Amino acid sequence: MEELALHILDLVQNALAAGATEVVIEIKEDTAGDRLVITITDNGCGMDQEFVRRVLDPFTTTRTTRRVGLGLSLLAMAARQAGGDLQVASEKGKGTTVTATFRLQHWDRPPLGDVPATLVTVLAGAPKLDLTYRHTVDGRTFTFRAWEVQRELGGVPINDPKVLTFLKRYLEEELTSLHGGGGDDAEKLR
Amino acid sequence: MTLKSLDDLRRLREEVQKEIETRQGAEVQIIVGMGTCGIAAGAREVMTAILEELARRNIKATVLQTGCIGMCEKEPLVDVVRPGEKRITYGHVTPRDVPRIIGEHVVNGRIVEDLVVGRAN
Ligand SMILES: Nc1ncnc2c1ncn2[C@@H]1O[C@H](COP(=O)(O)OP(=O)(O)OP(=O)(O)O)[C@@H](O)[C@H]1O
Ligand SMILES: [Mg+2]
Repeated sequence: MEELALHILDLVQNALAAGATEVVIEIKEDTAGDRLVITITDNGCGMDQEFVRRVLDPFTTTRTTRRVGLGLSLLAMAARQAGGDLQVASEKGKGTTVTATFRLQHWDRPPLGDVPATLVTVLAGAPKLDLTYRHTVDGRTFTFRAWEVQRELGGVPINDPKVLTFLKRYLEEELTSLHGGGGDDAEKLR
Repeated sequence: MTLKSLDDLRRLREEVQKEIETRQGAEVQIIVGMGTCGIAAGAREVMTAILEELARRNIKATVLQTGCIGMCEKEPLVDVVRPGEKRITYGHVTPRDVPRIIGEHVVNGRIVEDLVVGRAN
């Protein structure tokens, strides 16, 4: 996958498959420390320790449609190729936290990509999800909470196409300004 | 949210609320495969294209997602289910196919034959 945002979408699908009702996506970009950290926390069914130990093996999956589970191993590979790593912490019955680290300036680090498209895609498929997205760039933070939007919307569902299209534009603007304005695509996709 | 965005969101709520009140009958379902195989093949772009086309043309349909259904090599997969009709599965869908699938099938009930990879009741 060419974008970290696509990996994020994929990991949220894992969380949803695990029955999560709450998901927190956190992205931290630290230029001085040359670090990019993505953390995805869910309150799904979790995994036992024996399972966690072999979860990065592509042949570890509870899928029934095919014999390989690629999501986590693909992201682990991407992280390691960019001077980072992937960690999975999980507790059966409580939930899971996946942390992917990268060297921010590493040549092989995939670009962050289209995070707004990922977020609206998550909300399209899981409108009831308590989704929080927190993105920090060198100490400046933007936070998006789906329930705050849903509260404003009253009886209008957040997954209405007009609402999601609006939210995508809104998130694009916020992320552009978080990354220091500019507005050209190279900056947006950094 | 900034005040301007909040204002816009509230205006949008009024608009969509009115549309919901005048809506009638069962809606067409559009289902996009969003497993790892789908995502890697471009399902997210297909999803956002569907949302934008529905919003732009003011079409009410229910958009859903599904995981891997074992046809990974044909992803991105999009199913269209019109009430009381067969479930049609489109394969290798790109954002450029979306206006046709929506304009022809979702709105007018004409199946886009060259993109069909499966049919089920
Ligand atoms: N957030 C999570 N909560 C609970 N279990 C999880 C979570 N993420 C992954 N798992 C478990 O780990 C397995 C491997 O996950 P991985 O994403 O690597 O592959 P997959 O989801 O099975 O298949 P694919 O990602 O290729 O569609 C899953 O089948 C699931 O059993
Ligand atoms: Mg997965």
